[in-house]
Amino acid sequence: MPHDGNAQPDSTGAVGSTPENAAAEITNALPKPGAEHGPLVNVRDDNDANNGLDVSRELTPPPLPPRPGQLDLLGDRDHGSLQIRKKASRPQLQTRPTTALSRADVHTQNHRDISGSRSPGSRVLSRKQSYATLGRKGSDLDDSGSLRSYAPTNFGDETESLLGVMNNQHATTPAWQALSAQLERDNPFERSFHTEDFFAIRMQHEFDEFDEYRKDGANEEQLLNEWRARLKHFFILSSSGKPIWSRHGDDQLISNYIGVVQTIISFYQDKDNNLRTFTAGNVRFAILMKGNLNLVAISKLGESDGQLRTQLESLYMQILSTLTLPSMQKMFSNRPSTDLRRPLQGTEVLLDALADGFTRGSPSTLLSALECLKLRKSHRTVINNTLLKTRSPNLLYGLLVGGGRLVSVVRPKKHSLHPGDLHLIFNMLFEAGSVKAGGGENWIPLCLPGFNNTGYLYMYVSFLSSSGETAEERPTTPAGKEDELAVILISANKEGFYELRQMRDDLVEQLQRNGSMAVIRAAVRRGHPSVQEIVPGTVLRHFIYKSRGNVQFTMPSFEPHFHGLVARRRLLSLYHALHASIHTRTAHLKIQHCVSHDAISLAWETPLFELYCVAGPNASRDALAQGANKVIRWIRREEERVFIIGGAVF
Amino acid sequence: MAARPPQQGGRPGARFAQFKLVLLGESAVGKSSLVLRFVKDQFDDYRESTIGAAFLTQTIALDESTTVKFEIWDTAGQERYKSLAPMYYRNANCAVVVYDITQASSLDKAKAWVKELQRQANENIIIALAGNKLDLVTEQPDKRAVQTSDAEAYAQEAGLLFFETSAKTAENVKELFTAIAKKLPIEQASQRGMRAGTRQGVQLGGRSEAPGTQTGAGACNC
Ligand SMILES: Nc1nc2c(ncn2[C@@H]2O[C@H](COP(=O)(O)OP(=O)(O)OP(=O)(O)O)[C@@H](O)[C@H]2O)c(=O)[nH]1
Ligand SMILES: [Mg+2]
Repeated sequence: MPHDGNAQPDSTGAVGSTPENAAAEITNALPKPGAEHGPLVNVRDDNDANNGLDVSRELTPPPLPPRPGQLDLLGDRDHGSLQIRKKASRPQLQTRPTTALSRADVHTQNHRDISGSRSPGSRVLSRKQSYATLGRKGSDLDDSGSLRSYAPTNFGDETESLLGVMNNQHATTPAWQALSAQLERDNPFERSFHTEDFFAIRMQHEFDEFDEYRKDGANEEQLLNEWRARLKHFFILSSSGKPIWSRHGDDQLISNYIGVVQTIISFYQDKDNNLRTFTAGNVRFAILMKGNLNLVAISKLGESDGQLRTQLESLYMQILSTLTLPSMQKMFSNRPSTDLRRPLQGTEVLLDALADGFTRGSPSTLLSALECLKLRKSHRTVINNTLLKTRSPNLLYGLLVGGGRLVSVVRPKKHSLHPGDLHLIFNMLFEAGSVKAGGGENWIPLCLPGFNNTGYLYMYVSFLSSSGETAEERPTTPAGKEDELAVILISANKEGFYELRQMRDDLVEQLQRNGSMAVIRAAVRRGHPSVQEIVPGTVLRHFIYKSRGNVQFTMPSFEPHFHGLVARRRLLSLYHALHASIHTRTAHLKIQHCVSHDAISLAWETPLFELYCVAGPNASRDALAQGANKVIRWIRREEERVFIIGGAVF
Repeated sequence: MAARPPQQGGRPGARFAQFKLVLLGESAVGKSSLVLRFVKDQFDDYRESTIGAAFLTQTIALDESTTVKFEIWDTAGQERYKSLAPMYYRNANCAVVVYDITQASSLDKAKAWVKELQRQANENIIIALAGNKLDLVTEQPDKRAVQTSDAEAYAQEAGLLFFETSAKTAENVKELFTAIAKKLPIEQASQRGMRAGTRQGVQLGGRSEAPGTQTGAGACNC
């Protein structure tokens, strides 16, 4: 509802204990959402850190006293470790969550679109082309040379930072600086042309599949060059050095690299759960040690260490989600040289899909927040009530997801939903595609490590057909990603399929009868509003607003300014840089401007929200600030629509 | 949502019965592909390994007045899901155990499944053995790793229906499921089905007590 959230009394005084506040509890209750938008700030100049800080102190409400939940949340972020789960009142927050939005929007040129749909012939051709262009660069990054040149710069003890994620010396480096640094900047036109071109080509081929490695090694050189030209790599190794999964290239091709990585890791075998990072050229290496696993990220995309850590933790959570922690530990204690690839067989696609998402860039991962489908409050209330009414006895969590965004959640009062877990679910259902391709209903055992990393839950999944308002029969063809609707029902009861299926039928029937289905479908079809619809006449080209209290974010459509994979990655890189700049341990900046040759941007942080805004290069700071204020005003009006503030809690 | 089991117009003399079918077999032998061919008449050259299990339904008309609806559990063949299999075959009226005729070891795995079914599943369960990827050996006969006659002899001995199939070309796919339908106790099931009412959902609401759990004689699970 558009009325002022501030005006609503908190009926109990206990955040998160009423249905109205349930969503806050989803990821831990934080400040009352309504309190978020007190004063509108006239955004001031960035370069003066104190100035920025003062502005934000004066004009935003003081931080609320930390609640236990808040401490946990932040603590979780910091450590992201499984070890703390017993102490924390809720399980560790290891991952920045994701929701669909990012998916829905970024997906249009994903993996498959780029490589899969091409004929093999054309794929080879285009790959050759990229090889030719990038070959030289690739050899710059030649393994031995660059490995000799690095020096560890960070021993990654992040524990003193409350927000933990941003321990990073590179925060001041805008992300794409790394991408454009290769070229001289004398001629701005040249530079931007070449830089763009260079990055664009690399990005376009980032998702290509590799040719098969020929036994005789005839194409080894070529494959290695392609491999080195990739912008982002991940490896997962066991602590004994056995490869478990790698993002690009098959084992044979990269065995030398695996060996090198293992050697580097062995330098660090002292303390668990730390992130080790170093830089070689324009490449950032990050190694996360987690029990029996070592996870490695190698990125040229300019993320901060904290951001890379988040990505690695998400991959780790995916592995736990397949195996559970105790069973993985048992395998390794029985046999330290265990080959984990076998028990993980078939889940490589899930790891791949996560990595694809990190490479394309996803706001929800970056911000550890979810995006919801914008609905009228009264409509959402009806949906929540329908979920509660049709809830079956063994239901733990129920989710309705439309267009990749959360429509509604039903859950028990005492269990919150972990954003990292949601990320894994969304990744499996909306990114990896193998579930959807099955074409039926699904019953999937999975461990949600944020909820409980020791055991399995069972997830019923049904995709509803988008065509026609009646879901009489279960769909014969999965709906397109943009407008698909999914019912996800999770239970601890492994025999609960028929029970949950019945709930699904009841739920769909009632949502149809009370008109909610039509409302949801219309909202899904509407998609994201453009930034001009939100702030008419603004210089803003895009923004992301994260409500910290709700652990949710909202944003306008990427169109028309950020069309396609490359443009979106560039935008996301900018958001990553802004995010890093206000999250570094040393940063006291609450408002940060960033000016580059193709954008002027702003990050604005208060205890209650984070706002990131981007405008064209010719926009003035005043206009940018004005746009930011108008976004805040819009949020204040719409927050009960764009965020799930009340959920269905039983 | 009306009751889903179609009433086939309620034509006098019409028989409608519903049965549970489970697919078992090693990963990548083509279980999901067979189901997709049967249910949607589709095939993907590249299909990802099943996660968990998928549940699909398909109705076939055996003759003018007889309709059989299959409720199909397409299980995941990956080793880590092994312990969940009983949940799917326990209530099954019929099973398709699949192997890949170009992979000899997949037949061993299929035999192990047959053994387990015969020991643990419903005693009247109808089991079909499907040697899949027939198209591969049609193109290249030397790819065959399991001789038809060997598999056939085994199937006969174990009391199984037997087909060599191709999900890719659809060869013998419909035939496989039709042959199973013909062996199922339709008369019995359709009578019970009528008595038991038609809202299958309601009846399926329970857990192991769900109808069909203790099906003595391949009774209807609708
Ligand atoms: N040529 C050919 N390929 C097939 C046939 N059936 C399946 N395949 C291919 O074999 C691969 C595995 O098929 P799936 O249907 O996923 O196998 P599955 O038994 O369901 O495997 P899991 O889900 O892991 O248990 C896929 O790439 C299919 O395209 C067939 O009849 N002929
Ligand atoms: Mg399968």
